Amino acid sequence: MSSPAGQPVVQFSGVSKCFGDVKAVDDISFDIRRGEFFSILGPSGCGKTTTLRLLAGFEEPDEDGGEVRLLGETVNKKRPYERKIAMVFQNYALFPHLTVARNVAFGLEQRKTPKGQIDGLVRRSLEMVRLKPEVFSRRMPGQLSGGQRQRVALARALVLEPAILLLDEPLGAIDLKLRKEMQLELKALNKQLGTTFVYVTHDQEEALTMSDRIAVMDNGRVAQLGTPAEIYENPRTAFVARFIGESNFFEGTAEQGGGTWDVIGREGEGFRVPHHPSLSNGKLIQIAVRPEWMDVQKPDAVPPGENALVGTVKDIIYLGETMHVIVTIPGAGDVTVALRNEGQLIKPLLWKRGDAAAVAWLPEDCQILEEE
Amino acid sequence: MGAIRERALAWLYTRPEARAWALLAPGGFWLLLFFLLPLLIMFVYSLMPRGIYGGVEPGFTLEHYARFFDPLYLQVLQRTFIWSIGCTIICLVLGYPVAYVIARGRRWRTFLLFLVVLPFWTSFLVRTFAMIFLMRDTGLLNNWMLKLGLIQEPMTILYTPFAVMAGLVYGFLPFMILPIYASLEKVDLSLLEAAEVLGARPTARFRRVTLPLSMPGVVAGSLLVFIPALGSFLTSDLLGGAKQVMIGNLVQNQFSSARNWPFGSAASFIVMALVLAAVMFYLRVKDRGPGGATPI
Repeated sequence: MSSPAGQPVVQFSGVSKCFGDVKAVDDISFDIRRGEFFSILGPSGCGKTTTLRLLAGFEEPDEDGGEVRLLGETVNKKRPYERKIAMVFQNYALFPHLTVARNVAFGLEQRKTPKGQIDGLVRRSLEMVRLKPEVFSRRMPGQLSGGQRQRVALARALVLEPAILLLDEPLGAIDLKLRKEMQLELKALNKQLGTTFVYVTHDQEEALTMSDRIAVMDNGRVAQLGTPAEIYENPRTAFVARFIGESNFFEGTAEQGGGTWDVIGREGEGFRVPHHPSLSNGKLIQIAVRPEWMDVQKPDAVPPGENALVGTVKDIIYLGETMHVIVTIPGAGDVTVALRNEGQLIKPLLWKRGDAAAVAWLPEDCQILEEE
Repeated sequence: MGAIRERALAWLYTRPEARAWALLAPGGFWLLLFFLLPLLIMFVYSLMPRGIYGGVEPGFTLEHYARFFDPLYLQVLQRTFIWSIGCTIICLVLGYPVAYVIARGRRWRTFLLFLVVLPFWTSFLVRTFAMIFLMRDTGLLNNWMLKLGLIQEPMTILYTPFAVMAGLVYGFLPFMILPIYASLEKVDLSLLEAAEVLGARPTARFRRVTLPLSMPGVVAGSLLVFIPALGSFLTSDLLGGAKQVMIGNLVQNQFSSARNWPFGSAASFIVMALVLAAVMFYLRVKDRGPGGATPI
């Protein structure tokens, strides 16, 4: 950990990686700060795993494919064993022929830790991931449950006190309840140890739960980078809006009307949008609105100042915590509105299929999307 | 008829044990008839006096077992063991890298495996004769070396220990390559990446991960080479001449020209006992070794 405080521990500058004709990673640049929980989020094939493998050293960037820097040092050509990193693999990758203790000790032995210290470090590391050393040390990986293997893999990585811990969808194979528990534990470990975590996942909820910052990847590029709130509240592209949470999309032409901006859709339906630097008169734009930012009203009861589009209730989906009312609007298609279940106030029950209804929301809640 | 068959099948399906027996019976019967029974006959013969014109006379004797401990035979036994162990080691040294390349190389895998199995398309006897043409004084090897000026006059290769060893290794190499390949192929590549990211350089990675995980293949391959090498007689007979007698030749001889069936049987049983002991010792050592401790 020789880099000065404040300097990013990981820097990608203009990094590209091709496999044959396929651009797995396409000119990506970002920094990862010391101690942060950084997630790389995206659907399969978006390049997130390749990005992690470039960081681990299993892949090299293309010639003229930019630079990967670890702790300030360019590591493009460095092998994994020359980097100060540790990694937790998707399938755990525990050595099946070694006991739990020997698995955890493996990295220490390779890094020439004095023999006398190894046992103590292994014990401490097992305790850190809440596995009792006296119970688990001598077990073989084949005798452990998925969650326990996960913890051993984590202990094996953390025992090295790496500057950076890479995690490749480590929770993908364990059941939901345990996964939620591990998410919180990982987040706590990140804060407690001060180690930088780089976490690859395709699960948006997981990324939102744990991350300080998220890089959303699509098609080998970083579609958006920001805190979970930034990304959820201000998705930059339709891809991000769709991949993280749910969104209703509207398309239309921007029109300036005395200091305010309106969007006019295909069938003449219109609504107000906040000002945005990319707006210009007559420009075709796309807008996203989160379902939970909308409300369903009687067409004649829309509060003043709110946007409203009138249509017919197509379906009502009861989800317990929330209720989705789907309203078909001529020109704009189906719009989903999420209404919270507020106990005795369950007003959505008032709605039934075929009712005339207005979908209403505040102009400020319109997200003007950039072209992808 | 069809109804009876159907009911019989239905009955089998409801009884897993009966089904297992039904599946075991044909093969089991075969082994019983053609393996265990002759073995039993041989054992009985080994304890009976020798008949003058072959075969045995009624009676009981241990003299055939005692006779085996003659220094002459012990020397043959010792030679056989040394050669078999040597053959196993050479096969391992030559075969492991081949198996490794086949298991790791994606593109040529099928073709290389095909090459390894190719020799089995002709009989071992024919292939051994082919080696005679290769190694005799006027054979290809000598011709080439003469032409290249490496030697001035033909070198004796055939009927030397070298020729026997070359023949043994050639014959058994595929039995080493195939099981090692099978176990290397199963090694999860992410384990190698895990080792690397934990700081293991290529040599350490091989020693600590690849090699231990391929031990089942090494063990299986070694047994598949060692045991038949110990019993082989064709190679030493054709390539070794009279001077390189192995235990297999001795036994074969007793049953053919020497017409001493009981002694041949006794020698066979002694060798079998020794093979069993050697294999158990080997497996024991392997379990205690660095790659051992295979848990259930």
